[in-house]
Amino acid sequence: MPFGKVSTPVQWEEDGYTVTRTNSWSAPGDHPTGAGMKLYVKDGILEKVEGDPEHSILKGALPIRMLSLPEYVYNPDRVIYPMKRDPKKRGDNTAWERISWDEAYDMIVGKVKEYTEKFNSNSIITFVGTGREAGNWGPTISCRVFNSPNICYMQSGWSCYGPRMAVTSYVLGAPYPEVDYAAQFPDSYDDPRYTYPGCILLWGKEPLKSNPDGFWGHSLVDMMKKGTKFITVDPRLTFEAANSEFWLQPRPGTDTALAMAFLNVIINEELYDYDFVENWTFGFEEFTKRIQDMPPAKAAEICGVPEEKIIGAARFFAKSKPGAVQWGLAIDQNPNGVQLGECLIAIMAICGCIDVPGGNVMGAIDIGGLGSGYSDLDPQDKINEQIGVDEFPALVRTLQFTDPDSVLDQLESGAPFKLKMGFFTSANAIANPCNVPKRWENALNTLEFNVATDIFINPTISATCDLFLPVNTYAERDMYVATHYGAVGLWIGGIKKAITVGEAKSDVEILRTLGKKLRPELWQYDTDVEYINDQKLKTLGITMEELWEHGWWHVDYEYQKYAKGKLRADGLPGFMTPTGKIELYSTMIEAWGDDPMPYYKEPPTSPVSTPEYAAEYPLVLSTGARTWSYFHSEGRMVPKLREVEPNPLVDINPKDAKKYGIIDGDWVWLENSYGKCKMKASVQPGQKEGALAAQHGWWYPERDASAPELFGVYEVNVNNLTPYKTVGVLGFGAPYKCLMCKIYKA
Amino acid sequence: MSDYGLLIDYKYCTGCHSCEVACKLRLNLPDGQYGIKLIDDKPWQIDEDTWEYKWLPVPTKLCDLCADRIEAGKTPTCVLHCCAHVMEYGKVEDLAVRMKELGSRTVLFVP
Ligand code: SF4
Ligand code: SF4
Ligand code: SF4
Repeated sequence: MPFGKVSTPVQWEEDGYTVTRTNSWSAPGDHPTGAGMKLYVKDGILEKVEGDPEHSILKGALPIRMLSLPEYVYNPDRVIYPMKRDPKKRGDNTAWERISWDEAYDMIVGKVKEYTEKFNSNSIITFVGTGREAGNWGPTISCRVFNSPNICYMQSGWSCYGPRMAVTSYVLGAPYPEVDYAAQFPDSYDDPRYTYPGCILLWGKEPLKSNPDGFWGHSLVDMMKKGTKFITVDPRLTFEAANSEFWLQPRPGTDTALAMAFLNVIINEELYDYDFVENWTFGFEEFTKRIQDMPPAKAAEICGVPEEKIIGAARFFAKSKPGAVQWGLAIDQNPNGVQLGECLIAIMAICGCIDVPGGNVMGAIDIGGLGSGYSDLDPQDKINEQIGVDEFPALVRTLQFTDPDSVLDQLESGAPFKLKMGFFTSANAIANPCNVPKRWENALNTLEFNVATDIFINPTISATCDLFLPVNTYAERDMYVATHYGAVGLWIGGIKKAITVGEAKSDVEILRTLGKKLRPELWQYDTDVEYINDQKLKTLGITMEELWEHGWWHVDYEYQKYAKGKLRADGLPGFMTPTGKIELYSTMIEAWGDDPMPYYKEPPTSPVSTPEYAAEYPLVLSTGARTWSYFHSEGRMVPKLREVEPNPLVDINPKDAKKYGIIDGDWVWLENSYGKCKMKASVQPGQKEGALAAQHGWWYPERDASAPELFGVYEVNVNNLTPYKTVGVLGFGAPYKCLMCKIYKA
Repeated sequence: MSDYGLLIDYKYCTGCHSCEVACKLRLNLPDGQYGIKLIDDKPWQIDEDTWEYKWLPVPTKLCDLCADRIEAGKTPTCVLHCCAHVMEYGKVEDLAVRMKELGSRTVLFVP
């Protein structure tokens, strides 16, 4: 059995402490990376944490977001009791009053029943954030508890993971493929089946800081030490870029041109894997013709990257065996990102990276993955009623989520029907992902009844909610963590409860309890563990109890599943696409109404597409720069984290800084036609000239919580500068990483 | 005490702050005090393709080489938690041998 090997039981006594072995997720902060941890508890109090050296991937390492867990758990700002507030007093953070869980549940059940009877359950909408465990349960609570198909992730163009997941499902017939970091093997890199990648092409991603989607970022350093080379495509100088064979610094938002040029070199110089192309790809001839549109010289001009670097990097990658591609959020946050995604999968495919040791691994099975519950909608065809399905059918039907901008429209107009109730599950919308955040705040306040589950009162809750349900942390719950939300099945770790804090409850306990009251026929489970065992782990033949006993479970991984008939429902060799091959010519994208092959399109505003706009707002602005301390809008109130990163930063090249009279450490305003925000300038010689990189998700927990101050969120929110419904043809991708702005001293 | 030290292979130090924060938590230090302090040399350019991009964690007078942890048979907390696994604790002479194996851009501290 591919279980982990541990030398301790899940709990033991040591030095007067009860120690619990667990794996981190959230809350608080990280993607489902599943860092192995030991929690040290004395007299019921979590005093300290330690990394677990027996963890197969992290081997004891712990990011500071996890090390500081006790300061998060016992933070004086934390709210550990349910609270309600008169809807007339939204925005007044002094108006909350403590209530019991029974009263809170009764309020919710009463409202859900009332709205369902009077208006239809579709008038109840669930809002989810990104990365936290609660994101997994959004569809469950919406569909299986409220019986509403309306689930919303409030970021224009669903610009986080969604576009990549969509394009891989179209072109590859599988979820997003990940760099092979040996996570599937209990012996990690020592497994004889494993090979280190020869070269990793790191595109628009900073894995060390972000641990993206559950990938342990520092595994790149493990590989680097063993000789893996890197090519980094990023306008910013990162650790990864500084240690790369090639660092390409494109103008933000132009990298579809760069990727097409890579393919141009690889195909025209015949550096590709003939056998793979011949047997396992569809549309290579047409694709070859299309890619002639983008010779490296042309891409060099568009992207501002020297031609010889493009050629050199493309050759280097194609000749590296095995090569692997890691592609990040910058693909999602680009209206031309679907095409960029097509190119990157094409690079993986024709260079022979797919599902080989040290290449890109593919999920064979969904291990307890993202949301389930859609099949519990009653009637089933309610799924066809998701908001935005007519305008953006590809997005809505592929992701089975509403289109976020369309939800905003509907909240504002009340048409075609009025939404009544919002349920926010770990979604700090106005501080974090929302474009036009002030407009969203006003729109959310058109809802009659808003409930939030969270750990702290954040700006969104202070501004818009009537009921607060305290959620517990991963130190306080029984759960499991599956990397990549289970979509790329590699391994699952056990999360074991070590402490209880106040009356905070797990996300699953909240939805189970509501489920029992609202749709009892679907909710027979008395504990979280019963529910998880039955609904999530049963198909794998494992239980939570076994996960705790062994620490973690690894999928019995097989490479080159496509050749063995292990990817398709019909058992034939090939991929789960309409043609059974990796589609360089995408029949699905064509069917949805976009060009079946990649093309380059300038960002909506840029020095090239809108020169007049650029005359006033000359700098290209990327948002979402990652930090060591924070996970999106989390953690600003945690002292050890804030000490490391006390201020919101915007990186600027020294030449630009000089031009605009800015010196390192100056407070500056970033401004464009949509809005402005105030940050601290960090002058960085490695930042692309003409481009800025700003952090996101900031608010100041130390400031006044009530409106209009709302913890200073509107002063510092970079998304004030992000437009509305400025997305790709199919609805994917807003230009969070390719805006335009000016900068001046505050 | 001076028989033991910390070896840091700083070519792979990513600046993740884990050593710094782990140490502060163990010693229960207030803002502004450190047992090991991460020194930031903002990246600068050597030539077109070469960047000097480094961090260096430097033990302070407060570092006691995690005496209690060593006694309990554990490694120092900075060593255990280093995300890039670039820190080693040991006898100075053994670490000097390790330094040779690791090659360039390593540093040995005897706090
Ligand atoms: S795309 Fe980035 S922010 Fe979004 S879930 Fe993935 S790693 Fe997190
Ligand atoms: S050895 Fe211990 S005391 Fe010294 S720097 Fe490391 S963690 Fe701090
Ligand atoms: S923990 Fe390791 S990688 Fe991180 S800053 Fe310290 S020495 Fe560098």
